[in-house]
Amino acid sequence: MPTKSIGEEFLKGFWKENPIFRQLLGMCPTLAVTNAMINGLAMGLATAFVLIFSSLVVSSIKKLIPSQVRIATYIVIIATFVTIADRFLAAFFPPISKNLGPYVPLIVVNCIILGRQEAFSSKNTVGRSLIDAFGMSLGFILGLLILSAIREILGFGTFFGFQVMGQWFKPWIIMILPPGAFITLGILLALALQIERKTKARR
Amino acid sequence: MTNKTFILQSSPHFKDKDSVPKIMYAVIFSLMPAAFASIYFFRLKAVVMLFSCVVVSLATEAIFLWLRKKPFHSLLDGSSVITGLILAMTLPPSLSLELAVIGAAAAIAIGKQVFGGLGHNIFNPALVGRAFLQTSFPVAMTTWIPPVTAKINTATYATPLANLKFEEAVAQGTLTPLKDLFWGNIGGCLGEASAITLLIGALYLLFRRVIDWRIPVGIMVSLSAFTGVFWLISPEKYASPLFHILSGGLMIGAFFMATDMVTSPISPLGSWIYALGIGLIVGLIRLFGGFPEGVMYSILFMNAFVPLLNRYARPQILGERSKR
Repeated sequence: MPTKSIGEEFLKGFWKENPIFRQLLGMCPTLAVTNAMINGLAMGLATAFVLIFSSLVVSSIKKLIPSQVRIATYIVIIATFVTIADRFLAAFFPPISKNLGPYVPLIVVNCIILGRQEAFSSKNTVGRSLIDAFGMSLGFILGLLILSAIREILGFGTFFGFQVMGQWFKPWIIMILPPGAFITLGILLALALQIERKTKARR
Repeated sequence: MTNKTFILQSSPHFKDKDSVPKIMYAVIFSLMPAAFASIYFFRLKAVVMLFSCVVVSLATEAIFLWLRKKPFHSLLDGSSVITGLILAMTLPPSLSLELAVIGAAAAIAIGKQVFGGLGHNIFNPALVGRAFLQTSFPVAMTTWIPPVTAKINTATYATPLANLKFEEAVAQGTLTPLKDLFWGNIGGCLGEASAITLLIGALYLLFRRVIDWRIPVGIMVSLSAFTGVFWLISPEKYASPLFHILSGGLMIGAFFMATDMVTSPISPLGSWIYALGIGLIVGLIRLFGGFPEGVMYSILFMNAFVPLLNRYARPQILGERSKR
Protein backbone atom coordinates (compact mmCIF):
# COMPACT_ATOMS: atom_id res chain seq x y z
CA MET A 1 0.00 0.00 0.00
CA PRO A 2 1.49 3.34 -1.01
CA THR A 3 1.99 5.51 2.02
CA LYS A 4 0.14 8.79 1.99
CA SER A 5 0.76 11.77 4.21
CA ILE A 6 -1.61 12.24 7.13
CA GLY A 7 -3.19 15.24 5.42
CA GLU A 8 -3.87 13.30 2.25
CA GLU A 9 -5.40 10.48 4.26
CA PHE A 10 -7.76 13.00 5.86
CA LEU A 11 -8.63 15.00 2.77
CA LYS A 12 -9.32 12.08 0.42
CA GLY A 13 -12.75 11.61 1.99
CA PHE A 14 -13.82 15.07 0.89
CA TRP A 15 -13.31 14.73 -2.80
CA LYS A 16 -11.02 12.06 -4.22
CA GLU A 17 -12.75 9.19 -2.45
CA ASN A 18 -15.91 10.96 -1.32
CA PRO A 19 -18.25 8.18 -0.21
CA ILE A 20 -21.31 9.61 -1.96
CA PHE A 21 -20.03 11.27 -5.10
CA ARG A 22 -17.00 9.15 -5.91
CA GLN A 23 -17.54 5.74 -4.34
CA LEU A 24 -21.36 5.72 -4.50
CA LEU A 25 -21.58 4.02 -1.13
CA GLY A 26 -24.34 4.40 1.43
CA MET A 27 -26.95 5.22 -1.21
CA CYS A 28 -29.85 4.06 0.96
CA PRO A 29 -29.58 6.79 3.65
CA THR A 30 -28.38 9.24 0.99
CA LEU A 31 -31.61 8.87 -0.98
CA ALA A 32 -34.01 8.25 1.87
CA VAL A 33 -33.37 10.86 4.54
CA THR A 34 -32.14 13.89 2.64
CA ASN A 35 -35.56 15.52 2.27
CA ALA A 36 -34.69 18.05 5.00
CA MET A 37 -31.30 19.35 6.08
CA ILE A 38 -31.83 18.56 9.76
CA ASN A 39 -32.48 14.91 8.87
CA GLY A 40 -29.43 14.82 6.61
CA LEU A 41 -27.22 16.29 9.31
CA ALA A 42 -28.53 13.91 11.99
CA MET A 43 -27.99 10.93 9.71
CA GLY A 44 -24.49 12.17 8.85
CA LEU A 45 -23.54 12.62 12.51
CA ALA A 46 -24.94 9.24 13.52
CA THR A 47 -23.01 7.55 10.69
CA ALA A 48 -19.86 9.48 11.63
CA PHE A 49 -20.14 8.34 15.25
CA VAL A 50 -20.50 4.72 14.23
CA LEU A 51 -17.74 4.90 11.61
CA ILE A 52 -15.19 6.57 13.88
CA PHE A 53 -15.72 4.22 16.82
CA SER A 54 -15.90 1.09 14.67
CA SER A 55 -12.65 2.09 12.98
CA LEU A 56 -11.06 2.66 16.35
CA VAL A 57 -12.09 -0.75 17.67
CA VAL A 58 -11.40 -2.70 14.49
CA SER A 59 -7.97 -1.20 13.98
CA SER A 60 -7.00 -1.86 17.60
CA ILE A 61 -8.04 -5.52 17.64
CA LYS A 62 -7.27 -6.31 13.99
CA LYS A 63 -4.59 -8.89 14.97
CA LEU A 64 -7.09 -10.79 17.14
CA ILE A 65 -9.76 -11.21 14.47
CA PRO A 66 -9.54 -14.52 12.56
CA SER A 67 -9.78 -13.67 8.87
CA GLN A 68 -12.47 -16.32 8.25
CA VAL A 69 -15.01 -14.55 10.47
CA ARG A 70 -13.83 -10.98 10.05
CA ILE A 71 -16.99 -9.66 8.34
CA ALA A 72 -19.21 -11.09 11.07
CA THR A 73 -16.92 -9.56 13.69
CA TYR A 74 -17.06 -6.16 11.99
CA ILE A 75 -20.84 -6.34 11.88
CA VAL A 76 -21.07 -7.13 15.59
CA ILE A 77 -18.79 -4.19 16.39
CA ILE A 78 -20.71 -1.85 14.06
CA ALA A 79 -24.08 -3.03 15.40
CA THR A 80 -22.97 -2.20 18.93
CA PHE A 81 -22.31 1.41 18.04
CA VAL A 82 -25.43 1.65 15.88
CA THR A 83 -27.53 0.55 18.84
CA ILE A 84 -25.88 3.23 20.99
CA ALA A 85 -26.57 5.88 18.32
CA ASP A 86 -30.14 4.71 17.81
CA ARG A 87 -31.01 4.70 21.52
CA PHE A 88 -29.24 8.04 22.02
CA LEU A 89 -31.31 9.69 19.28
CA ALA A 90 -34.53 8.12 20.55
CA ALA A 91 -33.84 9.34 24.09
CA PHE A 92 -32.63 12.89 23.42
CA PHE A 93 -34.04 13.84 20.01
CA PRO A 94 -37.31 11.90 19.62
CA PRO A 95 -38.65 13.95 16.66
CA ILE A 96 -35.46 13.41 14.65
CA SER A 97 -35.42 9.75 15.58
CA LYS A 98 -39.00 9.51 14.34
CA ASN A 99 -38.13 11.28 11.07
CA LEU A 100 -35.21 8.98 10.37
CA GLY A 101 -37.32 5.93 11.15
CA PRO A 102 -35.69 2.63 10.22
CA TYR A 103 -32.67 4.30 8.63
CA VAL A 104 -30.73 4.64 11.90
CA PRO A 105 -30.75 0.87 12.59
CA LEU A 106 -29.94 0.38 8.91
CA ILE A 107 -26.57 2.11 9.43
CA VAL A 108 -25.44 -1.41 10.37
CA VAL A 109 -25.47 -2.39 6.72
CA ASN A 110 -24.17 0.95 5.44
CA CYS A 111 -21.44 0.05 2.97
CA ILE A 112 -19.28 3.03 3.89
CA ILE A 113 -18.69 1.68 7.37
CA LEU A 114 -18.14 -1.96 6.47
CA GLY A 115 -16.11 -0.88 3.44
CA ARG A 116 -13.72 1.24 5.53
CA GLN A 117 -13.22 -1.59 8.03
CA GLU A 118 -12.45 -4.11 5.31
CA ALA A 119 -10.39 -1.82 3.10
CA PHE A 120 -8.64 0.35 5.63
CA SER A 121 -8.92 -0.20 9.38
CA SER A 122 -8.04 -3.87 9.22
CA LYS A 123 -4.75 -3.03 7.51
CA ASN A 124 -3.68 0.26 9.08
CA THR A 125 -2.65 1.63 12.42
CA VAL A 126 -5.12 3.05 14.90
CA GLY A 127 -4.05 6.64 14.22
CA ARG A 128 -4.38 6.39 10.45
CA SER A 129 -7.70 4.58 10.74
CA LEU A 130 -9.10 7.34 12.91
CA ILE A 131 -7.95 10.03 10.49
CA ASP A 132 -9.43 8.07 7.60
CA ALA A 133 -12.71 7.64 9.48
CA PHE A 134 -12.89 11.34 10.30
CA GLY A 135 -12.24 12.34 6.68
CA MET A 136 -14.77 9.87 5.31
CA SER A 137 -17.39 10.95 7.86
CA LEU A 138 -16.95 14.61 7.04
CA GLY A 139 -17.13 13.82 3.33
CA PHE A 140 -20.33 11.87 3.89
CA ILE A 141 -21.87 14.66 5.99
CA LEU A 142 -20.88 17.20 3.34
CA GLY A 143 -22.51 15.13 0.61
CA LEU A 144 -25.71 14.67 2.62
CA LEU A 145 -25.85 18.40 3.38
CA ILE A 146 -25.43 19.42 -0.26
CA LEU A 147 -28.13 16.98 -1.37
CA SER A 148 -30.55 17.88 1.41
CA ALA A 149 -29.96 21.62 0.97
CA ILE A 150 -31.03 21.43 -2.68
CA ARG A 151 -34.02 19.26 -1.88
CA GLU A 152 -35.15 21.32 1.11
CA ILE A 153 -34.84 24.68 -0.66
CA LEU A 154 -36.81 23.49 -3.69
CA GLY A 155 -39.20 21.19 -1.85
CA PHE A 156 -40.09 23.30 1.20
CA GLY A 157 -38.59 26.70 0.36
CA THR A 158 -36.58 26.54 3.60
CA PHE A 159 -32.93 26.18 4.65
CA PHE A 160 -32.48 24.33 7.97
CA GLY A 161 -36.10 25.18 8.67
CA PHE A 162 -35.76 28.93 7.96
CA GLN A 163 -37.86 30.37 5.16
CA VAL A 164 -35.47 31.48 2.42
CA MET A 165 -37.77 31.62 -0.59
CA GLY A 166 -40.31 34.44 -0.85
CA GLN A 167 -44.06 34.10 -0.74
CA TRP A 168 -44.16 33.84 -4.53
CA PHE A 169 -42.37 30.51 -4.45
CA LYS A 170 -44.50 27.40 -4.88
CA PRO A 171 -42.69 24.41 -3.35
CA TRP A 172 -41.81 21.61 -5.74
CA ILE A 173 -43.30 18.71 -3.82
CA ILE A 174 -41.51 16.24 -6.07
CA MET A 175 -38.18 17.25 -4.53
CA ILE A 176 -39.07 15.91 -1.08
CA LEU A 177 -40.44 12.67 -2.54
CA PRO A 178 -38.25 9.76 -3.69
CA PRO A 179 -38.07 10.90 -7.36
CA GLY A 180 -36.55 14.20 -6.23
CA ALA A 181 -33.80 12.29 -4.43
CA PHE A 182 -32.91 10.32 -7.54
CA ILE A 183 -33.03 13.35 -9.84
CA THR A 184 -30.89 15.50 -7.53
CA LEU A 185 -28.35 12.76 -6.86
CA GLY A 186 -28.11 11.99 -10.58
CA ILE A 187 -27.44 15.62 -11.44
CA LEU A 188 -24.88 15.98 -8.64
CA LEU A 189 -23.08 12.80 -9.74
CA ALA A 190 -22.92 14.07 -13.29
CA LEU A 191 -21.51 17.38 -12.03
CA ALA A 192 -18.91 15.60 -9.87
CA LEU A 193 -17.82 13.49 -12.83
CA GLN A 194 -17.56 16.56 -15.02
CA ILE A 195 -15.45 18.44 -12.44
CA GLU A 196 -13.21 15.39 -12.06
CA ARG A 197 -12.72 15.18 -15.83
CA LYS A 198 -11.96 18.89 -16.10
CA THR A 199 -9.37 18.77 -13.30
CA LYS A 200 -7.78 15.64 -14.74
CA ALA A 201 -7.47 17.23 -18.15
CA ARG A 202 -5.74 20.23 -16.63
CA ARG A 203 -3.19 18.10 -14.80
CA MET B 1 -19.12 7.74 -69.21
CA THR B 2 -15.82 9.51 -69.08
CA ASN B 3 -15.32 9.03 -65.40
CA LYS B 4 -14.01 5.49 -65.00
CA THR B 5 -13.43 5.44 -61.27
CA PHE B 6 -15.49 2.98 -59.33
CA ILE B 7 -17.60 4.36 -56.63
CA LEU B 8 -17.09 2.39 -53.46
CA GLN B 9 -19.66 3.05 -50.84
CA SER B 10 -20.87 1.10 -47.86
CA SER B 11 -24.53 0.42 -47.23
CA PRO B 12 -27.18 1.77 -46.97
CA HIS B 13 -27.53 2.44 -50.69
CA PHE B 14 -31.17 3.37 -50.63
CA LYS B 15 -32.12 6.32 -48.54
CA ASP B 16 -35.61 7.28 -47.55
CA LYS B 17 -36.60 10.76 -48.60
CA ASP B 18 -37.89 11.40 -45.10
CA SER B 19 -35.64 13.11 -42.59
CA VAL B 20 -35.93 13.96 -38.91
CA PRO B 21 -37.03 17.58 -39.49
CA LYS B 22 -39.54 16.50 -42.18
CA ILE B 23 -41.20 14.03 -39.83
CA MET B 24 -41.12 16.47 -36.95
CA TYR B 25 -42.72 19.24 -38.97
CA ALA B 26 -45.41 16.82 -40.18
CA VAL B 27 -46.24 16.11 -36.54
CA ILE B 28 -46.31 19.82 -35.70
CA PHE B 29 -48.59 20.44 -38.68
CA SER B 30 -50.90 17.64 -37.59
CA LEU B 31 -51.18 19.12 -34.10
CA MET B 32 -52.40 22.44 -35.49
CA PRO B 33 -56.15 21.63 -35.68
CA ALA B 34 -56.14 20.60 -32.01
CA ALA B 35 -54.07 23.64 -31.07
CA PHE B 36 -56.53 25.96 -32.81
CA ALA B 37 -59.43 24.14 -31.14
CA SER B 38 -57.84 24.72 -27.74
CA ILE B 39 -57.41 28.41 -28.61
CA TYR B 40 -61.07 28.56 -29.64
CA PHE B 41 -62.23 26.97 -26.37
CA PHE B 42 -59.85 28.65 -23.95
CA ARG B 43 -58.87 31.83 -25.86
CA LEU B 44 -55.89 33.87 -24.64
CA LYS B 45 -54.92 31.38 -21.90
CA ALA B 46 -54.30 28.71 -24.53
CA VAL B 47 -52.27 31.04 -26.77
CA VAL B 48 -50.01 32.09 -23.90
CA MET B 49 -49.58 28.53 -22.66
CA LEU B 50 -48.73 27.04 -26.07
CA PHE B 51 -46.37 29.86 -26.94
CA SER B 52 -44.49 29.89 -23.63
CA CYS B 53 -44.05 26.11 -23.50
CA VAL B 54 -42.58 26.03 -26.99
CA VAL B 55 -40.24 28.97 -26.31
CA VAL B 56 -39.01 27.54 -23.00
CA SER B 57 -38.44 24.11 -24.58
CA LEU B 58 -36.35 25.65 -27.33
CA ALA B 59 -34.43 27.80 -24.85
CA THR B 60 -33.68 24.82 -22.56
CA GLU B 61 -32.57 22.77 -25.54
CA ALA B 62 -30.28 25.61 -26.65
CA ILE B 63 -28.72 25.92 -23.19
CA PHE B 64 -28.02 22.19 -23.07
CA LEU B 65 -26.59 22.12 -26.59
CA TRP B 66 -24.30 24.95 -25.59
CA LEU B 67 -23.25 23.20 -22.37
CA ARG B 68 -22.64 19.94 -24.20
CA LYS B 69 -20.84 21.76 -27.05
CA LYS B 70 -23.15 20.31 -29.67
CA PRO B 71 -24.05 22.01 -32.93
CA PHE B 72 -27.05 24.29 -32.71
CA HIS B 73 -28.67 23.11 -35.92
CA SER B 74 -30.46 20.30 -34.10
CA LEU B 75 -32.47 23.08 -32.48
CA LEU B 76 -34.21 23.47 -35.83
CA ASP B 77 -35.20 19.83 -36.24
CA GLY B 78 -38.51 20.59 -34.56
CA SER B 79 -38.31 17.93 -31.87
CA SER B 80 -38.24 20.38 -28.99
CA VAL B 81 -41.07 22.37 -30.57
CA ILE B 82 -43.15 19.19 -30.47
CA THR B 83 -42.22 18.52 -26.86
CA GLY B 84 -43.29 22.04 -25.89
CA LEU B 85 -46.47 21.86 -27.95
CA ILE B 86 -47.55 18.46 -26.61
CA LEU B 87 -46.66 19.42 -23.05
CA ALA B 88 -48.79 22.58 -23.29
CA MET B 89 -51.67 20.51 -24.64
CA THR B 90 -51.55 18.19 -21.63
CA LEU B 91 -51.71 21.04 -19.10
CA PRO B 92 -54.84 22.42 -17.49
CA PRO B 93 -55.69 25.84 -18.98
CA SER B 94 -55.87 27.42 -15.52
CA LEU B 95 -52.25 26.52 -14.69
CA SER B 96 -50.13 29.54 -13.87
CA LEU B 97 -47.45 30.37 -16.39
CA GLU B 98 -44.43 29.94 -14.12
CA LEU B 99 -45.41 26.32 -13.48
CA ALA B 100 -45.74 25.67 -17.21
CA VAL B 101 -42.25 27.12 -17.65
CA ILE B 102 -40.85 24.78 -14.98
CA GLY B 103 -42.57 21.87 -16.69
CA ALA B 104 -41.18 22.67 -20.13
CA ALA B 105 -37.66 23.10 -18.75
CA ALA B 106 -37.93 19.81 -16.82
CA ALA B 107 -39.26 18.03 -19.91
CA ILE B 108 -36.23 18.92 -22.02
CA ALA B 109 -33.63 18.81 -19.25
CA ILE B 110 -34.63 15.69 -17.31
CA GLY B 111 -36.67 13.98 -19.99
CA LYS B 112 -34.41 14.39 -22.98
CA GLN B 113 -31.00 16.03 -22.73
CA VAL B 114 -29.85 14.15 -19.64
CA PHE B 115 -30.06 10.95 -21.66
CA GLY B 116 -28.14 12.45 -24.57
CA GLY B 117 -30.71 14.32 -26.62
CA LEU B 118 -33.05 13.27 -29.39
CA GLY B 119 -33.03 9.54 -30.04
CA HIS B 120 -31.50 8.58 -26.69
CA ASN B 121 -34.32 9.28 -24.28
CA ILE B 122 -36.16 6.36 -22.71
CA PHE B 123 -39.30 8.25 -21.75
CA ASN B 124 -41.45 10.63 -23.72
CA PRO B 125 -40.02 14.06 -22.76
CA ALA B 126 -43.35 15.90 -22.73
CA LEU B 127 -44.83 13.30 -20.40
CA VAL B 128 -41.78 13.46 -18.13
CA GLY B 129 -42.40 17.21 -17.86
CA ARG B 130 -46.05 16.63 -17.11
CA ALA B 131 -45.33 13.92 -14.53
CA PHE B 132 -42.84 16.31 -12.88
CA LEU B 133 -45.54 18.97 -12.63
CA GLN B 134 -48.20 16.50 -11.51
CA THR B 135 -46.02 15.30 -8.63
CA SER B 136 -44.77 18.78 -7.71
CA PHE B 137 -48.02 20.71 -7.86
CA PRO B 138 -50.85 18.20 -7.52
CA VAL B 139 -53.51 20.79 -6.71
CA ALA B 140 -52.72 23.20 -9.54
CA MET B 141 -52.53 20.31 -12.00
CA THR B 142 -56.04 19.08 -11.20
CA THR B 143 -57.89 22.39 -11.09
CA TRP B 144 -59.96 22.76 -14.21
CA ILE B 145 -61.89 25.67 -15.63
CA PRO B 146 -64.83 25.54 -18.04
CA PRO B 147 -64.15 26.48 -21.68
CA VAL B 148 -65.08 30.05 -22.63
CA THR B 149 -67.67 28.68 -25.04
CA ALA B 150 -69.50 26.73 -22.33
CA LYS B 151 -71.02 30.00 -21.04
CA ILE B 152 -70.80 28.76 -17.47
CA ASN B 153 -69.53 31.17 -14.89
CA THR B 154 -67.85 28.98 -12.33
CA ALA B 155 -64.33 29.02 -10.99
CA THR B 156 -63.81 25.28 -11.38
CA TYR B 157 -65.31 22.64 -13.60
CA ALA B 158 -64.95 18.88 -13.37
CA THR B 159 -63.54 16.96 -16.32
CA PRO B 160 -65.76 14.23 -17.75
CA LEU B 161 -63.54 11.58 -16.19
CA ALA B 162 -63.44 13.25 -12.76
CA ASN B 163 -67.21 13.44 -13.00
CA LEU B 164 -67.31 9.74 -13.74
CA LYS B 165 -64.96 8.80 -10.93
CA PHE B 166 -65.95 11.06 -8.06
CA GLU B 167 -69.57 12.01 -8.75
CA GLU B 168 -70.96 8.64 -9.84
CA ALA B 169 -72.06 10.25 -13.07
CA VAL B 170 -73.37 7.03 -14.64
CA ALA B 171 -75.79 6.37 -11.80
CA GLN B 172 -76.80 10.04 -11.59
CA GLY B 173 -77.25 10.29 -15.35
CA THR B 174 -74.96 13.31 -15.51
CA LEU B 175 -72.32 11.69 -17.69
CA THR B 176 -70.92 14.04 -20.31
CA PRO B 177 -72.64 13.22 -23.62
CA LEU B 178 -70.49 11.58 -26.29
CA LYS B 179 -71.39 14.39 -28.71
CA ASP B 180 -69.61 16.94 -26.50
CA LEU B 181 -66.60 14.68 -26.09
CA PHE B 182 -66.35 14.32 -29.84
CA TRP B 183 -66.85 17.92 -30.91
CA GLY B 184 -65.48 19.73 -27.87
CA ASN B 185 -66.85 22.09 -25.27
CA ILE B 186 -65.74 20.15 -22.20
CA GLY B 187 -63.43 20.77 -19.26
CA GLY B 188 -59.96 19.31 -19.32
CA CYS B 189 -56.43 19.81 -20.60
CA LEU B 190 -55.90 22.09 -23.58
CA GLY B 191 -55.42 19.20 -25.99
CA GLU B 192 -58.39 17.24 -24.71
CA ALA B 193 -60.84 19.93 -25.72
CA SER B 194 -62.11 18.25 -28.85
CA ALA B 195 -61.56 14.73 -30.16
CA ILE B 196 -62.38 15.48 -33.79
CA THR B 197 -59.50 17.94 -34.24
CA LEU B 198 -57.05 15.38 -32.87
CA LEU B 199 -58.47 12.77 -35.22
CA ILE B 200 -58.00 15.02 -38.25
CA GLY B 201 -54.32 15.50 -37.38
CA ALA B 202 -53.89 11.83 -36.61
CA LEU B 203 -55.42 10.76 -39.94
CA TYR B 204 -52.91 12.98 -41.73
CA LEU B 205 -50.03 11.33 -39.83
CA LEU B 206 -51.40 7.85 -40.53
CA PHE B 207 -51.78 8.73 -44.20
CA ARG B 208 -48.20 10.02 -44.32
CA ARG B 209 -47.13 6.87 -42.44
CA VAL B 210 -45.35 8.94 -39.84
CA ILE B 211 -46.95 6.99 -37.02
CA ASP B 212 -47.49 3.27 -36.68
CA TRP B 213 -51.24 2.44 -36.94
CA ARG B 214 -50.78 -0.57 -34.67
CA ILE B 215 -50.16 1.57 -31.60
CA PRO B 216 -53.37 3.66 -31.51
CA VAL B 217 -55.44 0.68 -32.69
CA GLY B 218 -53.92 -1.61 -30.07
CA ILE B 219 -54.49 0.92 -27.29
CA MET B 220 -58.11 1.44 -28.24
CA VAL B 221 -58.79 -2.28 -28.68
CA SER B 222 -57.42 -3.25 -25.30
CA LEU B 223 -59.04 -0.28 -23.52
CA SER B 224 -62.45 -1.02 -25.07
CA ALA B 225 -62.11 -4.73 -24.36
CA PHE B 226 -61.24 -4.07 -20.73
CA THR B 227 -63.86 -1.38 -20.06
CA GLY B 228 -66.38 -3.18 -22.31
CA VAL B 229 -66.46 -6.26 -20.08
CA PHE B 230 -67.42 -4.17 -17.06
CA TRP B 231 -69.89 -2.13 -19.07
CA LEU B 232 -71.66 -5.25 -20.33
CA ILE B 233 -71.87 -6.71 -16.82
CA SER B 234 -73.27 -3.58 -15.18
CA PRO B 235 -74.02 -0.71 -17.57
CA GLU B 236 -75.67 1.22 -14.73
CA LYS B 237 -72.32 1.52 -12.96
CA TYR B 238 -69.64 1.72 -15.64
CA ALA B 239 -69.24 4.03 -18.65
CA SER B 240 -69.20 2.63 -22.17
CA PRO B 241 -65.94 1.86 -24.00
CA LEU B 242 -66.69 4.66 -26.46
CA PHE B 243 -66.86 7.14 -23.60
CA HIS B 244 -63.47 5.93 -22.38
CA ILE B 245 -61.92 6.26 -25.82
CA LEU B 246 -63.23 9.76 -26.43
CA SER B 247 -62.65 11.21 -22.97
CA GLY B 248 -59.55 12.48 -21.27
CA GLY B 249 -56.11 12.27 -22.78
CA LEU B 250 -56.63 9.01 -24.60
CA MET B 251 -56.91 10.47 -28.10
CA ILE B 252 -53.87 12.72 -27.85
CA GLY B 253 -52.01 10.03 -25.91
CA ALA B 254 -52.71 7.20 -28.32
CA PHE B 255 -52.02 9.15 -31.50
CA PHE B 256 -49.36 11.67 -30.55
CA MET B 257 -47.53 10.49 -27.42
CA ALA B 258 -47.46 6.68 -27.47
CA THR B 259 -46.38 6.79 -31.12
CA ASP B 260 -43.26 8.89 -30.46
CA MET B 261 -40.65 7.17 -32.65
CA VAL B 262 -37.89 7.31 -30.06
CA THR B 263 -39.85 5.79 -27.20
CA SER B 264 -41.97 3.17 -28.99
CA PRO B 265 -40.91 -0.34 -30.09
CA ILE B 266 -39.43 -0.97 -33.53
CA SER B 267 -40.97 -4.30 -34.50
CA PRO B 268 -44.68 -4.89 -35.24
CA LEU B 269 -45.00 -7.55 -32.53
CA GLY B 270 -43.34 -5.22 -30.03
CA SER B 271 -45.74 -2.43 -30.99
CA TRP B 272 -48.73 -4.67 -30.39
CA ILE B 273 -47.55 -5.72 -26.93
CA TYR B 274 -46.69 -2.11 -26.07
CA ALA B 275 -50.06 -0.77 -27.25
CA LEU B 276 -52.15 -3.48 -25.60
CA GLY B 277 -50.27 -2.86 -22.37
CA ILE B 278 -50.97 0.87 -22.47
CA GLY B 279 -54.69 0.35 -23.07
CA LEU B 280 -54.94 -2.18 -20.27
CA ILE B 281 -53.17 0.04 -17.74
CA VAL B 282 -55.31 3.06 -18.71
CA GLY B 283 -58.40 0.94 -18.08
CA LEU B 284 -57.07 -0.35 -14.76
CA ILE B 285 -56.22 3.15 -13.50
CA ARG B 286 -59.48 4.69 -14.66
CA LEU B 287 -61.71 1.98 -13.18
CA PHE B 288 -59.82 0.98 -10.05
CA GLY B 289 -56.98 3.49 -9.49
CA GLY B 290 -56.87 6.56 -7.33
CA PHE B 291 -56.63 8.97 -10.25
CA PRO B 292 -59.48 9.67 -12.67
CA GLU B 293 -57.07 9.55 -15.63
CA GLY B 294 -54.15 7.26 -16.31
CA VAL B 295 -52.91 7.88 -19.86
CA MET B 296 -49.72 9.66 -18.76
CA TYR B 297 -48.59 7.00 -16.29
CA SER B 298 -49.48 4.09 -18.54
CA ILE B 299 -47.47 5.47 -21.47
CA LEU B 300 -44.48 6.24 -19.23
CA PHE B 301 -44.77 2.77 -17.71
CA MET B 302 -44.77 1.03 -21.07
CA ASN B 303 -41.96 3.29 -22.33
CA ALA B 304 -39.78 1.60 -19.74
CA PHE B 305 -40.43 -1.76 -21.42
CA VAL B 306 -39.49 -0.61 -24.91
CA PRO B 307 -35.80 -1.64 -24.77
CA LEU B 308 -36.89 -5.08 -23.55
CA LEU B 309 -39.53 -5.37 -26.29
CA ASN B 310 -37.01 -4.34 -28.93
CA ARG B 311 -34.78 -7.15 -27.75
CA TYR B 312 -37.30 -9.96 -27.41
CA ALA B 313 -39.85 -9.12 -30.10
CA ARG B 314 -37.39 -9.04 -32.96
CA PRO B 315 -38.76 -10.07 -36.33
CA GLN B 316 -37.20 -13.16 -37.87
CA ILE B 317 -34.58 -12.27 -40.43
CA LEU B 318 -35.19 -13.77 -43.90
CA GLY B 319 -33.49 -17.16 -44.02
CA GLU B 320 -32.94 -17.33 -40.28
CA ARG B 321 -33.80 -20.67 -38.68
CA SER B 322 -36.49 -20.61 -36.08
CA LYS B 323 -35.26 -21.26 -32.59
CA ARG B 324 -37.45 -24.28 -31.98
